[in-house]
Amino acid sequence: MRNVDVCIIGGGPAGLAAALSARKEGIENILILERETFLGGILNQCIHNGFGLHTFKEELTGPEYAARYVQMVEEASIPVLLDTMVIDISKDKVVTAISPQAGLIQIQAISIVLAMGCRERPRGALNIPGFRPSGIYSAGTAQRYVNIEGFLPGKEVVILGSGDIGLIMARRMTLEGAHVLMVCEILPFSGGLKRNIVQCLDDFNIPLRLSHTITKIHGKYRVEGVTVQQVSLDKTPIAGTEEFVACDTILLSVGLIPENELSRKAGLKIHTTTQGPLVNDRFETSIPGVFACGNVLHVHDLVDWVSQEAEFAGQFAAQFVKLGSQISRLLPIVCGYGIRYTVPTTLCIDSMKTLTTVRFRVTDVFKDYYLDVFVGQVRVSHQKKRIVAPGEMESILFKKHWLDSKTEDEEITILLQKE
Amino acid sequence: MFDVLIIGGGVIGCSVAKYLSEYQLKIGLLEKASDVCELTSKANSGIVHSGIDAHPGSLKATLNLQGNQMMESFCKELDVPFIRNGSLILCFEESDYPDLLRLYDQGVKNEVPGIKILNQEELLQLEPNLNPHVYAGILAPSGGIVDPFKLTLMQAEVASTNGVSFFLQTTVFYIQKKQDYFQVETSKGVFQAKLIVNAAGIYADEFNNQVSNHILKIIPRKGEYCLFDKQVGSLVKHTIFQLPTPLGKGVVVTPTTDGNLLLGPTAYDILDKEDISTTVEGLKFVVEKGKKTIKEVPMSFVITAFAGLRATEANGDFILGESQDVPNFFNAAGMESPGLSAAPAIGVYLGNQITTKLRAKKKDHFVTRNKSVVDFDKLSLTEKARYIENDHDFGQIVCRCELVTLAQIKEAIHRPLGATTIDGIKRRTRAGSGRCQGGFCSPRILDILSKELHKDPKEIAKSSEQSTYLVGLDKELL
Repeated sequence: MRNVDVCIIGGGPAGLAAALSARKEGIENILILERETFLGGILNQCIHNGFGLHTFKEELTGPEYAARYVQMVEEASIPVLLDTMVIDISKDKVVTAISPQAGLIQIQAISIVLAMGCRERPRGALNIPGFRPSGIYSAGTAQRYVNIEGFLPGKEVVILGSGDIGLIMARRMTLEGAHVLMVCEILPFSGGLKRNIVQCLDDFNIPLRLSHTITKIHGKYRVEGVTVQQVSLDKTPIAGTEEFVACDTILLSVGLIPENELSRKAGLKIHTTTQGPLVNDRFETSIPGVFACGNVLHVHDLVDWVSQEAEFAGQFAAQFVKLGSQISRLLPIVCGYGIRYTVPTTLCIDSMKTLTTVRFRVTDVFKDYYLDVFVGQVRVSHQKKRIVAPGEMESILFKKHWLDSKTEDEEITILLQKE
Repeated sequence: MFDVLIIGGGVIGCSVAKYLSEYQLKIGLLEKASDVCELTSKANSGIVHSGIDAHPGSLKATLNLQGNQMMESFCKELDVPFIRNGSLILCFEESDYPDLLRLYDQGVKNEVPGIKILNQEELLQLEPNLNPHVYAGILAPSGGIVDPFKLTLMQAEVASTNGVSFFLQTTVFYIQKKQDYFQVETSKGVFQAKLIVNAAGIYADEFNNQVSNHILKIIPRKGEYCLFDKQVGSLVKHTIFQLPTPLGKGVVVTPTTDGNLLLGPTAYDILDKEDISTTVEGLKFVVEKGKKTIKEVPMSFVITAFAGLRATEANGDFILGESQDVPNFFNAAGMESPGLSAAPAIGVYLGNQITTKLRAKKKDHFVTRNKSVVDFDKLSLTEKARYIENDHDFGQIVCRCELVTLAQIKEAIHRPLGATTIDGIKRRTRAGSGRCQGGFCSPRILDILSKELHKDPKEIAKSSEQSTYLVGLDKELL
């Protein structure tokens, strides 16, 4: 059994940033476990630009953004095991992994940082009726075929879901020679970033059909078409609006799910909304010494925020090695009106940083609302928000002094209010 | 000239092929799909019925019971996952109780072992996630679940190893009775055989009617299912039925041998024998009915939906044996439920008749056992380590959801009757059948198939030749 101070599961943007910050905190014995044969994670297939505006103050492609972190990790001589897939994490922090070269390995860690990322929701999760032909891809799978393997997976394409990967793939498929007929979105607004709608759809005259979904898949062998239908606000298809659209390919961009099979096996408590582990302000999960960051925690829009979050997680993981648990009295954060979830879900009255970023998503599009924070009955923050939407992650800087003289039986509430 | 030509590579055709392969016969099996186990055999409940609901004295009753009894040792020999988890048949109203009792009496008449009536309290103790308003039920301890893919595949492999020639992607167009043989026109040329076994599932009537005056009429009865993530696979332990309806055994809630949860099927007759599409109404129906059986249907854990077609023959029983007016033409028609449960017994039943008719002698050497592709996920840590040490490909995970390794994928390709398609890999190894439904592993499996089979990646298909994935290289169409 190998002993490691900080073991990092996943060598994507979250894992790399966490490793670097743990090293900055003075931890020598770090190990990154990565299941691919290269570091950087999914960024390697995101060859479009738009990465790094916040982190590096310049616009990079995904592989470029990854390469910067990989270089820093190499310069810091942080040990990495590639082609190594973790198959189990135990409650007492034993990590079991396998690789073709090293076989089965077990690592006893003091701190673990979970940075496994997320995966795409498949068609089945939507229960779209019809045949089960070939030609149905999640947007990320299509992205892999096109950007990594150099193959075009279809000619006439309908995209379901206006998440960012779907929008990016609408442009990519067009540039590579396919014809993207439309992007259907079941909601009355897009879940993607505004800039992606402009740059990936509008610039290529690809129609975005809001409040529309695919209600049937045609074609016994390869996709031959879809029935597209308008839906009401409660997402019920409206009879009489059926439209047959001939196509040979369907790309699904219908949401990402944090990949937490290992977390579940380890017995971590999982957030029912984000499907990521529940964490406190130190990104520490329900098992002391196990931390989580990046898309395994909750799905981000921008890699920059992943890196930022992971940097903190790495720092806290390092502090756990040096000082043990820092958690004492925790106050829960309650989601009030308009707030879908927050990360973290608890703040430590005693040990939280002077300023802690609380990230959240809203439940709907809200215009001209106030974002209010209450501690107990006391309003501690009142901010005007011109527009907030579920597709854009929001955050608030929570000040430690707001909790001065508070006790554990109070709670923090974040909510949207008209006044 | 073949001694025997079997039409259809489903579970019945393969059972007959396996049985006959032990004899000194020249046997061919014609299958229109690109793999065995492609139609009804791949899309069903995977249940080994206890035999309660078959009409006493019918072939269905006799062969279901025999099949059920044989299943355990049969599956052990062939390395097919089988679990005798017991089944429950529930009723929800006092007014339905007499029907439940009638069913119980029928079970007794059919000599189904160990059945008993349970009251609400006993049922809820057995299955805490049941609808608390359940009234009463029958427990049939001999009910079980089986992996329907493996049950078909492992028999086919044994048959192939024993010398049966499998002709895949071979569609039979027309069978003609000649003086003392049959001429079979197919998409791959003309075949001749002394004896025909018609195990063509929903098309069995067409082939029968080409040679016999005893007309059969098979109506495809569609069944739609929802499959759930393994995370909710232990919601129920038993296979749970509701009181049967005239159309079938109703919607079942059952664990699968792989640990998923399965809900379904619907049962309605359709006209189109090719229509295996799922429908809004069907999936809604399945979920609604499921809600009656269990407290809560975990909709956020659905991973896929599928539909299969049962081959329902008008007379209501299996049609098994030599045609009355066409000597040497053997039917295995009307193979709806409990066809899967009865399959091992049907192999023996028909096989016996055929070997007697042909006065066939047993071969000196043949195999009866099979060993499936190893399930890496289920191995202990020590075993995992040993496997990787012996073959580094076991250290390379291809399907993350089901923990399937490169070694398993390669083996699935190079076995007898090896996989040539993405679906073929899935049925042999489970790669792609997990919660991401192949999103991650399908490009990798496509690549492995193309390399191992020396085929252009553009030719690699999901199942049939037309179901390919890639249309060209990037920018090729510009």
